[in-house]
Amino acid sequence: MFLAQVHVTYKPSILDPQAVAIKNAMHRLDFDQVTAVRQGKYFEITVDAPTSDAAETQIEAICDQLLANPNMETYRYEVKELANQ
Amino acid sequence: MMKFAVVSFPGSNCDEDLYYAITDDLHEDATIVPHTATDLTEFDVILIPGGFSYGDYLRGGAIAKFAPVMSAVKAFAQAGKPVLGICNGFQILTEAGLLPGTLQHNRQMQFICEPEPLLVANNQTMFTAAFQDQQQITLPIAHGEGNYYCDAATLAKLRDRHQIAFTYQHNPNGSVSDIAGITNEAGNVLGMMPHPERAVEAIQGGTDGLLVFKSLLQAHLRTV
Repeated sequence: MFLAQVHVTYKPSILDPQAVAIKNAMHRLDFDQVTAVRQGKYFEITVDAPTSDAAETQIEAICDQLLANPNMETYRYEVKELANQ
Repeated sequence: MMKFAVVSFPGSNCDEDLYYAITDDLHEDATIVPHTATDLTEFDVILIPGGFSYGDYLRGGAIAKFAPVMSAVKAFAQAGKPVLGICNGFQILTEAGLLPGTLQHNRQMQFICEPEPLLVANNQTMFTAAFQDQQQITLPIAHGEGNYYCDAATLAKLRDRHQIAFTYQHNPNGSVSDIAGITNEAGNVLGMMPHPERAVEAIQGGTDGLLVFKSLLQAHLRTV
């Protein structure tokens, strides 16, 4: 069993108005040193695959087809083996 | 009678508005088709309604693009028959790859629900032929994610191939190049954020939307 931790974020060129609103709220809380905020999505996916490579292949296909929209988002992930339960 | 299919996903909420626009106002035949349907060949037009299919989980249209009915919608579009996606339907068509680009959050992060002045940017399509060229019309918009985005190369293609069907007169949401509606390259798939089905009777404040459906009817009558 493998656990994939996947982050999907907007490409830098994409406007992220939610993150701007969050940054403004931080400034209202007097965290004036905050200069930039980016918001994304985080997924934990457990995969029953024979090898780490096989799990990565599946995770990439899942990201390309479902979790990220390639027009505006990018993704990165880490796969780690889970101890036998 | 011209046969319209209105595809209903879990969370669609403009399917009945479309049904009544076609049956009560255009006086043609409409059927609400479930997301599980696999054969749409008996229909002349497919309408993908607005709403929040699958709760907009992940992204608007991201789950709907895998619904069983979407294979039939793609086959229908590839056969050159008309497919019209409105609002969430536009989002679904971009996610499914039937139209280029993406609908992002509105620039100002607010849901906008207003009558919106538009321009018919191209009246040479099967969806817009009943309008005058550059006609100024008003249709309601109601969306939080209607900010059309595509890269510069895609935008250049949209312009060169006259795929921009509707533009906003006063860009409400930050859309690239004021885009409110586009067709595919072949011209038989249209996605638009404004709601023509909410402007088909005078009591709704205007009837400009009816001309979208009349355009489809005129195109159909020329082929039968």
